[in-house]
Amino acid sequence: MATASTTQDRAAELNVLARKQRSLWGDAVYRLFRNKAAVAGLIVVFAAFLVAVFAPVLAPYDPIVQHSGAGQMEPLWTGSKYIDPRFVLGTDFIGRDILSRLIYASRISMIVGFVPTAIVFGLGVTVGLLAGFFGGWTDQLLMRFTDIIYAFPDFLFLIIIVASFRTSAFGKIMDGLLLIFVAIAVVGWVGVARLTRGQVLSLKEREFVEAARSVGATPVRLMWKHLLPNALAPLIVTAAFAVPGAILGEATLSFLGVGIVPPTASWGGMINEGFPLFSTNPWAVLMPALCISLVMLAFTFVGDGLRDALDPRMKT
Amino acid sequence: MLKYTIRRLLLVIPTLFFVALITFALAKAAPGSPFDRNPDKPPKQEVIDRWNRFYGLDKPVHEQFIMYVINVAKLDFGLSVVRQRPVVDIIGQGFPVTAQLGIQALLLALAVALPLGVISALKQNTAIDYISLFFATVGTTIPSFVMAIFFIYFFALNLKLFPITGWGTPQHMVMPTVILAMGASAFLARITRASMLEAIRQDYVRTARSKGLREQVVVVSHVLKNALIPVATVVGPAAAGLITGSFIIETFFSVPGMGREYVRSILALDYPVIMGTTLLYAFFIIIANLSVDLVYGMLDPRIKVAK
Repeated sequence: MATASTTQDRAAELNVLARKQRSLWGDAVYRLFRNKAAVAGLIVVFAAFLVAVFAPVLAPYDPIVQHSGAGQMEPLWTGSKYIDPRFVLGTDFIGRDILSRLIYASRISMIVGFVPTAIVFGLGVTVGLLAGFFGGWTDQLLMRFTDIIYAFPDFLFLIIIVASFRTSAFGKIMDGLLLIFVAIAVVGWVGVARLTRGQVLSLKEREFVEAARSVGATPVRLMWKHLLPNALAPLIVTAAFAVPGAILGEATLSFLGVGIVPPTASWGGMINEGFPLFSTNPWAVLMPALCISLVMLAFTFVGDGLRDALDPRMKT
Repeated sequence: MLKYTIRRLLLVIPTLFFVALITFALAKAAPGSPFDRNPDKPPKQEVIDRWNRFYGLDKPVHEQFIMYVINVAKLDFGLSVVRQRPVVDIIGQGFPVTAQLGIQALLLALAVALPLGVISALKQNTAIDYISLFFATVGTTIPSFVMAIFFIYFFALNLKLFPITGWGTPQHMVMPTVILAMGASAFLARITRASMLEAIRQDYVRTARSKGLREQVVVVSHVLKNALIPVATVVGPAAAGLITGSFIIETFFSVPGMGREYVRSILALDYPVIMGTTLLYAFFIIIANLSVDLVYGMLDPRIKVAK
């Protein structure tokens, strides 16, 4: 049957080589995996994810147990007299194993990277779709609101929200994680809504939308099946950069002392705790700093790779 | 153009009003008061009442807000509840330091980013290009306080080139300025490179070459001139980023600027200071973005400012 024959079958019939058919997304995945930096980034992200999931198995000690008499130990390879064979990366100022704390802290970073980003996109995309599609007063309200939020420096807004509520009962839920989720979501969703709205505005005048409308597609179907899939590429790229953005937000908050509630381990918090004694035991600070750098770089490489893969024209 | 400028300037006021409203609402919604920060030794209720009367906190919330807005219009930002000093004094003391740090960092960032971006575009896909792109990626990705840790470790602890913290002598200023400049310069270098590459491929550049102009003339007066317009538009956001980014650097290096004061007030929930500094920060960001929009219109005659 003619309809069932693909280019592939036809090529086989004619006994010629044809490029394997790929969908738009298949093409993007192919381009992403050809990008070495992006693949390296994906591997690091995947490894960090595994470490976070299997933290209780991997960590040699409880991350908040203080080993008395073994504080301020340096990593084994330094060969100084302040080492203890039990603690490969040494201990912090009150004798907690740094390796175990680093492993458990990866959980915080991974959760903070993905959960608020999911909330931000769920909310932002919905509002942006509705505002862009229907226009009218919702649209006006959204635009005025984003104008104000844009004048408010992102991180200033974040830190004010977190600082205001961190002493409340809500701020103590899940060691302060829930407050950080909510704060990142409150600060971030407007940007996504604005981006989605812009995409929808330019897409909804296009012929394929007109065509779908003319055969009687409902507004929900138009938005869900026609507008959203076509607006997805820039949204995915933005999401890929929102994840490290959220990780950075939490790390900075914890570094300043208003993020994750101690004694729960977070990389930013470890830097905050170790910094006063930086010159005596720099490793307690350098280790979490290295972890943050590695994860941030990995996510950025993935984001850059996704951007180039999804839209080669956007390449900078 | 004049009409547009005036209209944009007038829009600054409602925006600042809403920033003040949001900050004020958060301050009021937050539990606890600045007078009971020490949980082991809560002050007597009558003491708290006296303090509340003194700071006008016993009045209804909307009255407090109206009073605040009226006072801000008179440039009176109230008293710090923790340090019993006028907020204006605290900001006035820290601001010159922050401004100096920010301007130094911006100049350094431009001095590094522009040549780097131009060279990598002219030598696209060579080793120089890849190296500078790599540094640009690292510079935009690694958080400033993490970068500061590596800098202190290598340049202060190991090489003992610079003092770790403090402010005053030129040696003190090197590390904070360099680290603050790093993110902005990486960002500006990327934009410069992208914008140069775009300009190089334009028809007028081909025309200039084909009529036999020397390569230098083509690059300087045809490519560069047009490539720098988009760069000029991001200098504003970059400057705004430097202003808000400086509070982490100031806290880290104990620089006695407005940013460190801001973090201190956040930790102590000293709301008059938080609100005063937030308003000032927001004001600078709005002005930075506004000046860019205006300069853009002047630089590029193709841009018509929307009515």
